[in-house]
Amino acid sequence: MPRALFEKTGNAVFISHLDLMRLFQRAFKRAGLPLTHTQGYSPRPSVSIALPLSVGVSSQCELLDFDLTEYGVSYPEMVEKLNAVLVDGVRILEIYPEVSKIKHLAYLDCELTLEYDRGVPADAEGEITKLFAASSLTVEKSGKNGTSEVDIIPMMRNVTISRVDDNMLCLRARICCQNPSLNPNLIVAAIERYLPELAADFVTCRRLEVYDCNDTVFR
Amino acid sequence: MTELKRRVLHKVQKPARYTGGEFREIKKNLDDVRVRVAFCFPDTYEIGMSNLGMRILYGVMNQMDGVWCERVFTPWGDMQQQMREHDLPLWALESQDPVKDFDMLAFTVGYEMSYSNILNMLRLSGIPLRASERRGLKNIVFAGGVCMYNPEPLAEFFDFFSLGEGEEITPEIISLYDRAKAENWEKEQFLLEVSKIPGIYVPSFYRHEYHDDGTLSAIVPLHGAPTKVTKRIVEDLDNAYWPTDTIIPSTEIVHDRANLEVFRGCIRGCRFCQAGFTYRPVRKKSPEVLYRQAVETLENSGINEITLSSLSTSDYRGLRELTDQMIPYCEQNRVNLSVPSLRADNFSRELMEKLQTVRKSGLTFAPEAGTQRLRDVINKNLTEDEILSTCANAFSGGWNNVKLYFMLGLPTETDEDVLGIADLVYKVIKTWKECASNKKRGLRVHVATAFFVPKPHTPFQWEKQIEPEEYLRRCKLLKSHFYSKSIEYNYHEPDLSRLEAVFARGDRRLAPVIEYASEQGAMLDGWDEYFRYDLWLDALKACGIDPEFYTTRGYSEDELLPWDTIDVGVTKKFLLRERKRAYEACVTPDCRHGCAGCGANCLLKEVQCDA
Repeated sequence: MPRALFEKTGNAVFISHLDLMRLFQRAFKRAGLPLTHTQGYSPRPSVSIALPLSVGVSSQCELLDFDLTEYGVSYPEMVEKLNAVLVDGVRILEIYPEVSKIKHLAYLDCELTLEYDRGVPADAEGEITKLFAASSLTVEKSGKNGTSEVDIIPMMRNVTISRVDDNMLCLRARICCQNPSLNPNLIVAAIERYLPELAADFVTCRRLEVYDCNDTVFR
Repeated sequence: MTELKRRVLHKVQKPARYTGGEFREIKKNLDDVRVRVAFCFPDTYEIGMSNLGMRILYGVMNQMDGVWCERVFTPWGDMQQQMREHDLPLWALESQDPVKDFDMLAFTVGYEMSYSNILNMLRLSGIPLRASERRGLKNIVFAGGVCMYNPEPLAEFFDFFSLGEGEEITPEIISLYDRAKAENWEKEQFLLEVSKIPGIYVPSFYRHEYHDDGTLSAIVPLHGAPTKVTKRIVEDLDNAYWPTDTIIPSTEIVHDRANLEVFRGCIRGCRFCQAGFTYRPVRKKSPEVLYRQAVETLENSGINEITLSSLSTSDYRGLRELTDQMIPYCEQNRVNLSVPSLRADNFSRELMEKLQTVRKSGLTFAPEAGTQRLRDVINKNLTEDEILSTCANAFSGGWNNVKLYFMLGLPTETDEDVLGIADLVYKVIKTWKECASNKKRGLRVHVATAFFVPKPHTPFQWEKQIEPEEYLRRCKLLKSHFYSKSIEYNYHEPDLSRLEAVFARGDRRLAPVIEYASEQGAMLDGWDEYFRYDLWLDALKACGIDPEFYTTRGYSEDELLPWDTIDVGVTKKFLLRERKRAYEACVTPDCRHGCAGCGANCLLKEVQCDA
């Protein structure tokens, strides 16, 4: 099965995962690339997107697996056909045959941009670096069965903090993305909980790269 | 730093509704644009993007040189709150520019309970609500849509109304505006000229006078305005503009499918139905044109479901020819073909079975009334036999789900009629027991009753609406006769329908009520989570308006009606005759079994009524 690497940026970050699936199903049809359908009571076009993105998060490393009923066109042609009928902000970068199963995805790099409207507080970088250097850090996580406390430190590493300008900090980290996965929002929650004076006025999140368990870039 | 609007988008539910940027949205270079139109739909994105009329007129306007039409919807409550908190003015989706920057605001109004949304959208835009407060040519606010066949409750807020189908009249309006803007006209001059376009109703050119008892005594046309304004129609639908390359929303909408309108008008004449009379005369589209448009639409959109829509699709003469072509295409291309509002006739049954191979949809009937007598009163030509035999067919074919829709509070209704609903439901259950091929999953019968709302331009336009308490008593009476576990009974709350009745037949004195209620927080009234009856009752009280005047009073036949200025083609004489026949429980056969002389055919000049 082929796999597409695509980015989701700009206003397209507001399209939800389910809506994006539907968007791709229609785009394949518009592009004249007929998808195969799943078996069963209500057959669905076979497209699947790895690691659903939260609404509002942008990414340059999304993976879409699909299967066509016929393969008359080359992969680069497919890229071109699809991009011609996609919306602004959703862009296919490359299509290639699937080499490793999605289940081998293990980590991803994420980038959080923390905006401080009254300027970045003094020594924020140092404080935040120190916070994530701790051996354990529990935050409240809300799930289907109410809230629970989770330790996020085992699920994150390589934390770097840099100052973009007087109002903005950039935090990058490599985090677990499957079994278990860490929602980057919990990193923000940790800052808000333990360093409330460094709570940002606005935070955006970006997915930079995905890796397998050997820290090799996953494609 | 992230700009304010973008920050807000991160805080609200379903932000994709506010960003625009969907596939096939129309963008233009402002240097080439002389007239900017904000096409405002007074409900959410999901509802508005499902509206066919809006898609047609969006295309019609954007086809015009020098005109850019953009979309605006009512923001959901959380977004409205953010906008108020942060002083963010309402914007149009395509350019993301504030609505206040636009030349014209065109509203399409199809539901009485969206009136508060209209005022809220104007408020959020920072545009004065009352037409008299808006001076100059900028921000001309006008409206069309079915509710505007009695636009009086909104008369104070709109500069003018465009009556009937918009395909032809809308370009006429905008071209005139284009000229007015180029020649720097005063607003008064523009209104005077626009009032000369057939189908345009400028409410400020009419003075409404009242008797001491509150009824209308006179409608006085001013500035040479016509005493009657006749709605516009498109005669030749085959050659009328039809969008086959419309916007594909990036987020799910209510009717998330392609739509094909097979004909306009209705031959049935159900006496409560406003659409049935106001969409007349009947005009056909040919199966060849429809098939071509269907294929184009599906190929351009990639959508996998298409609906053949109309007021009564079984009555489309070319249905067999069209579906014979479409079914194989749809099967081959994995498209669901849905044909709603089928009648219980033989061909429809056959068609239903054929469609089953594509997808099994539900079985829905709208008998509207429980006894044959009352169905005759309302002229709903659906017999118990038809319902039961269709059910028998469907049950033996594996269906186990039926929806039945009724109205309560219809003219002449008695408890016997109410209990007739229960009888009919039990007969459906009995039919299932006798015919069902698969009884494992059991039967579900969904029964819903709505509160009858008398509508203008129908034979029931003079009728009383019963008291809400009486309606609830009838609902409870019915409920007490449903014992089977298979039945799920829902009844509409009467509050909303009562207000609907007020505004449907309302007059100009209701303007302050709408203004007051929306000021006090009335918004998104069509949505349970926002509708607040108390706000509306307060508003009526504060403005000294007795709602009973518009609901339980009933209008007398010799009374001047607020919507008497508006001519939808169907004559008052015909409506009166139909009303009389209703009281005699006398059925009027559908138009194909003989023209009943409604008058709408007089609107046609080039073609014949296709009834």
